[in-house]
Amino acid sequence: MSTATIAQKTIEVDQEGFMKDHTQWNEDIARELAKLEGIDELTDRHWKIIRLMRKEYDEKGDGPSIRRLTKESGVPIKELYQLFPKGPAKKAAKIAGIPKPTGCI
Amino acid sequence: MKKLVILGGGTGGTLMANKLRKALPADDWKITLVDKEPNHYYQPGLLFIPFGLYKKEDIIKPKKKFYPKNIEVLFAEIDKIEPEKNHVLLSDMGMLNYDYLIIATGSETRPDQIDGMTGKLWRKSIFDFYTLDGALALADFFSTWKGGRLVVNIAEMPIKCPVAPMEFAFLADDYFKKRGMREKVDLTFVTPLPGAFTKPVCSEVLGGTLKKRKIKVESEFAIGHVDNEQRKIVSWDDREVPFDVLVAVPTNMGSRAIQRSGMGDELNFIPTDKHTLQSKSWENIFVIGDATDLPTSKAGSVAHFEGDIVLQNFMDMISGRMPSASFDGHSNCFIESGDGKGMLIDFNYDTEPLTGKFPIPGLGPFSLLEETAINHWGKLMFKWLYWNAIIKGRELPFVSSEMSMAGKKIPKEKNEVVTF
Repeated sequence: MSTATIAQKTIEVDQEGFMKDHTQWNEDIARELAKLEGIDELTDRHWKIIRLMRKEYDEKGDGPSIRRLTKESGVPIKELYQLFPKGPAKKAAKIAGIPKPTGCI
Repeated sequence: MKKLVILGGGTGGTLMANKLRKALPADDWKITLVDKEPNHYYQPGLLFIPFGLYKKEDIIKPKKKFYPKNIEVLFAEIDKIEPEKNHVLLSDMGMLNYDYLIIATGSETRPDQIDGMTGKLWRKSIFDFYTLDGALALADFFSTWKGGRLVVNIAEMPIKCPVAPMEFAFLADDYFKKRGMREKVDLTFVTPLPGAFTKPVCSEVLGGTLKKRKIKVESEFAIGHVDNEQRKIVSWDDREVPFDVLVAVPTNMGSRAIQRSGMGDELNFIPTDKHTLQSKSWENIFVIGDATDLPTSKAGSVAHFEGDIVLQNFMDMISGRMPSASFDGHSNCFIESGDGKGMLIDFNYDTEPLTGKFPIPGLGPFSLLEETAINHWGKLMFKWLYWNAIIKGRELPFVSSEMSMAGKKIPKEKNEVVTF
């Protein structure tokens, strides 16, 4: 078990840096986590995805796949990769404070 | 008379038919199995076809050879399932009522899901080896190929037998070495994953094995489209990998009948309770094998291990008890690494593939995550076990449904404070 201090709050993270307890999350933490992922500013489009990640996690207990993200948000896959470079589902999950989606097996 | 319907006569459906025909009295239970395809393909064997190691005849047998007596078999296409009405609609063959349903409709490769993949280079310079036609076409192509850029690409996860693309790269390395033209082949493995495999210990070992064979790795590459004119694959974030021949592992999706039934997720996989193996929405429906959305590998070994769990929980349900068996995600795969050697991995939902001995602790004869000739023989022998034990619903010696930690080396727990 690892811990990290982010936005003056101590949070538990797994080995890959995903938050263990999504209820510890707040928007300041998201901004800090985004910076660590190389995203300096979170735009409305980012927030739309981040909120969707959290909503899906609350309802289903797992973060959505990229296919589901694009279907539910209406944001095209191409843009998802621009917003969250490299791995949108993984990166957005990390910033949204939810565990790594299990779809990546 | 109670009715059990099994949809799909592949690995999962066939082994369940065999287990349940034995377990259920023929006077009380009618079992009907539906499948449209007369042939059973030994899918692990497809990997060997492009390199001329197996022929078509080695991996095909008629399905009916493996079905038990005293079940009804319908060669029919499934139109859709209407779970709220407890029936299945068949194309041109009417309606099938059930008390219990087992869905074993598997998964299929869908090259149509990638923009440009089925364009003018399809089966000319772009080949899939997860289908018999694709594997045979590739064998034909390789037999006269003079060399160039060979790219192996996984489109997106999950895929059937997630180690097969890497085994393909290992076998290609071996094949071109033996033909004395390895230096003429530039071999690149392109994956959406951050490394060679999803789990850390295994990823490290396999990553090292790729490097040793001078196979380049392009990781975190999510294919957006295939450019047929310039012969390159392009990722969503505009990275490009040029190819002379592309060995594609397209998107895997569940059956279109599941989509028509509105029972699947975005990839037509069925939301399934990861422990009881019941459908999350309908308790009289069990799901087995590749058709599920479980976070474990899509592989015959998984269907085999799930079989015991489905059997127990089914028997519990029809006796009015709560399902008592719990699936742990157990998966077991031989990894062919070329030059007469192989590796073996054994893992579940919670335990990643580790090093050690299998199935007998300390003795083996198989070595986990290590290249040995015995592992390779294990893989070849597995074909015999598959036809003679697995799809007949029999047990395997020394290997139980529940994964065993005995013989596995456990990595040290990491306790640390991360400083950013």
